[in-house]
Amino acid sequence: MADHAATHAVTHAVHDPNIGNTGLDHRKMGMWAFLGSDCMFFGSLIGTYLAYKGKSISGPTPHDVFDIPLTSYSAALLLASSLTMVLALAALQDNRVKVAARWLLATALMGLHFVLNQVYEFWSFVHHYDLTLSTSLFGSTFFVLTGFHGAHVTGGVLWLLMLVGLAWRGKLDKRDYTKVEIAGLYWHFVDVVWIAIFTIIYLIP
Amino acid sequence: MATQTAFMPGTKAETPTAWGIVASWLTTVDHKRIGILYGSSAFIFFLIGGIEALIMRLQLARPDNDLVSAQTFNELFTMHGTTMIFLAIMPMSAAFFNYMIPLMIGARDVAFPRLNALSYWIFLSGALVLHASFLAGAVPDGGWFGYANLTTPQFSPRQSIDFWMLGLQILGISSMLAGFNFLVTIINMRAPGMTLMRMPVFIWMSFVTQFLIVLAFPAITVALILLMFDRFFGTLFFAPAAGGDPLLWQHLFWIFGHPEVYILILPAMGIVSEVLPTFARKPLFGAPVVIYSGIMIGFFGFGVWSHHMFSVGMGPVADAAFSVTTMLIAVPTGVKILNWLCTLWGGSIRFQTPLYFSLGFIAMFTMGGLSGVMHASPPVDLQQTDTYFVVAHFHYVLFGGSIFGLFSGAYYWWPKITGKLLDERLGKTHFWLMMLGFNVTFFPQHYLGLIGMPRRIYTYAGDLGWNFWNMVSTIGAFLIALSFLVFIGNVIKTARAGKVASPDPWDGRTLEWSIPSPPPVYNFARVPQVQDRDDLWLQKHGDGHGGAPRPRPAPVTAAEIAAIHMPPPSFWPILLALVMTIMISGLLISMYQVIVGGLLTLLFMYKFAMEYHRPADGNRH
Repeated sequence: MADHAATHAVTHAVHDPNIGNTGLDHRKMGMWAFLGSDCMFFGSLIGTYLAYKGKSISGPTPHDVFDIPLTSYSAALLLASSLTMVLALAALQDNRVKVAARWLLATALMGLHFVLNQVYEFWSFVHHYDLTLSTSLFGSTFFVLTGFHGAHVTGGVLWLLMLVGLAWRGKLDKRDYTKVEIAGLYWHFVDVVWIAIFTIIYLIP
Repeated sequence: MATQTAFMPGTKAETPTAWGIVASWLTTVDHKRIGILYGSSAFIFFLIGGIEALIMRLQLARPDNDLVSAQTFNELFTMHGTTMIFLAIMPMSAAFFNYMIPLMIGARDVAFPRLNALSYWIFLSGALVLHASFLAGAVPDGGWFGYANLTTPQFSPRQSIDFWMLGLQILGISSMLAGFNFLVTIINMRAPGMTLMRMPVFIWMSFVTQFLIVLAFPAITVALILLMFDRFFGTLFFAPAAGGDPLLWQHLFWIFGHPEVYILILPAMGIVSEVLPTFARKPLFGAPVVIYSGIMIGFFGFGVWSHHMFSVGMGPVADAAFSVTTMLIAVPTGVKILNWLCTLWGGSIRFQTPLYFSLGFIAMFTMGGLSGVMHASPPVDLQQTDTYFVVAHFHYVLFGGSIFGLFSGAYYWWPKITGKLLDERLGKTHFWLMMLGFNVTFFPQHYLGLIGMPRRIYTYAGDLGWNFWNMVSTIGAFLIALSFLVFIGNVIKTARAGKVASPDPWDGRTLEWSIPSPPPVYNFARVPQVQDRDDLWLQKHGDGHGGAPRPRPAPVTAAEIAAIHMPPPSFWPILLALVMTIMISGLLISMYQVIVGGLLTLLFMYKFAMEYHRPADGNRH
C-alpha cells in the first residue's frame, strides 16, 4: 500500500501540472509574488498614515481613542492563530485530516474573533468619540488602513472556512497540503502586517 | 465529470458553428489566442487614442480655433493619455508576453492558463468601464495623472473622474494578475537547460517588467483607493481644508508612474534586442551586460519618481537626490544603446521591415533619452515643465521608443503568429511614413515648448509666434495616421494573399522559430533541451568557432503528440471578470449592485478555484 502510494506520488510529480521545471509549485510561487505585491500595498497605506500622523486639525487624537488592552488581545489572537495554522498544515501532512480540519477551524475562529473585535473597536470610535472616516485625517487614515487589513483577515477567514468545508466533505487530504500551505502563507503574512500596524499605529506615541 | 472531457490537441471537432467559434474564443485558455485578443484589442484602442490625438491637433492647427471647446479638449487629452498608456502600449506588450514568452522559453502554456484568460477579460472590462464614460456623457477630464485635489469632489463634482478612477483600478488588477502569472511562468516553466542567463533577452526584459508591474501597481491602487474614499465615502485625504496634502497623490502616483515608464519601454527594448541579432546575423553584443542594464533600469526605476515633481518645490536636498538618481538611470540606458549599435557593427545586415523599425527605435529613443536627461537638472526642468518640450520628450520615448519597438515586434513575429509574411514594400512604406510623420509632428514641439507654449491649452492667440510650427505638427499627425492606414492595408492584403511563412522565415535564433507557423496548440511536440541563449542558431549553424551544427533530433512520433494534454477551455474567467465588473461599476450606480456583485464574485472565485480541485485526479492529466 505504502509502495503503491509512493509510485503514485512519483507519477504525479512527473505529470502534476502545478509543478514547474524548477521543482517548485506554481501556486506557491504565485502566492509569494502576490505577497511581495501586497507588501507594497500595505507599505503605501502605512506610508500614508505616517505622512498624515499628527496633521489632523480637529477631532480626537489616536491616544484619546485607542484601547490598547483590547487591541493587544486582538494581536495575541492573531499571533496565536499562526500557530494553529502551522499545526493544521503539520496534521494534514501526516494525513490526520480531522485534526487538520479542527486546527483550520480554530485558526478561522480566532481570525473571526479578531475581525469582530475590530468591528467593536470601529463602532466604539464612532459612538463614543465621534470619530468617523470624515472627522479628520486621523479618522480617514486610521479606518482605511486598519479596514483594509481587516478585509484581508476576513478574506483569509473565508478561505480557511472553505478549506474546513472541503475537509469535512472528504475532499481534502495529504495530497492537497499545498493548498493549505498557500493559505498559510497568506495567513502568516496578514499576521506580520498586523505586527507592523499594531506597533506603528497603536504603540508608538 | 462529463463536463471535464480533456481537450485533445490534433482532434478536430465537428464542423464548428458560428456560436461554437465565438464560444471557443470566449472560453479559451490558450496563451496564443489570449495574445491575439490582447493585440487586437490594443490596436483598436490605439486607433481610438490616435483619433483623439488627431482632433487635438486639428484644434491646435490654427490660433483661436473653435473646433472643440475647452472642456472637450480636456477630455481629449485625458482620454488620449490614459488610452495610449493603459489600453494601447501596455496591452500590446501584454500581447507579446502572452504569445511569445511560452514559445521562447520552450513551454506549452503559461503557469496559470485560466488566470491568464481572467487577466484579459478584466483588462477588457476596465477598458469598457473607462469608455462607458462617453455613453454617460461624463468623460474623464483630469489629465492622465489625475492630480488631486483637482479630482476631488470639490473641483470635479461630475462622475467623469469616477469612470477614470474605477477604470484604472480594474486595469491595475488585470496587470497585476498577469504579472504574477508571467513571473511564475518565466521562473518555473523554462525548458530544461535554459538557465536564467540563457533566456532570450526579450524574456529577460519581460521578466524585469513583471517585477515592476507587481511592485509598482500597488502604489496607484492605494492612490486610487484613497481618491475613491474621498469621492464616495467622505474621507479627507486630499482635502487641504482638513490638513490633507495634494502632494500625497503626486508621490503615490509617481512611485507608480515612473516604474510605469519602464513598464512601457522595457518590452520594446527586449524586442529590439531580439530583432537586431537576427537581422545582423550576429549574437547580441554583450548580451549579459544588456541584461544587467535592464535589471539596473528596473531597480533605479523605483528611485527617480520625484523628478516629475521638481516644480512643486520639494527643497534642495530632495531635488539634488532625485536629480542624481535620474542622471544615473541614463547610464544603463546608454549602455544598451551602445550594445545595440555594436551588434550591428560588422554584421551581415539584411534590411527588412522589422529591422527598419528597430533602427527607428534606436534613433528616436536616443533623442527622447537626450531630451529626458535634460530634465534631470531641476533648473532646466523648471523651465521646461508643463511646456510642449515635455510633450515632445515623452512622445519621443513612448512613440519613438515603445511604438516603434512594438511594431518592430509585430512585423518580426507576424509570420509566426499568422503563418503569413507581411508585405515588405508596404511595410517599408509604413515605416518611412511613420518616421517622417512622427518627426514632423513632434520635433517642432521641442521648439514650441522652449518658446513658451504650455501643454494642455485648448487654443492660443495668433501673435505668439506659435502658428507655423503648430500647423506643421498637425500635418505631421496626419502623416502618422496615413502610415497606419498603410499598415491596415498591409494586414488586409496579407490576410488575403500574403506569402506563406516557413517555420523560420528570418533564420531566427530563438526557440519560437523551431516550430511551425502558426504554432500548433501544444507549441512544442517535444519539450526542447536548451544549450545556449541562441539555441536554434547553434543548432542550425554551429557556434562560428568551428563547432559543428547539432545533429537533428529524431522526428516526433504520433504517439508523443497523442500523449500531450492541454488544459480544456473554461467559462469561469470571463464570468468572474463580468461579476467583478458588476461589483466595481456598482459604485457608480447603487450599493445593492456592489453587494450582489461582491457576493457573486466570491461565489465565482470559489467555483474558479474548485474547477480543478485536484488536477492529478481522474484521467484528465
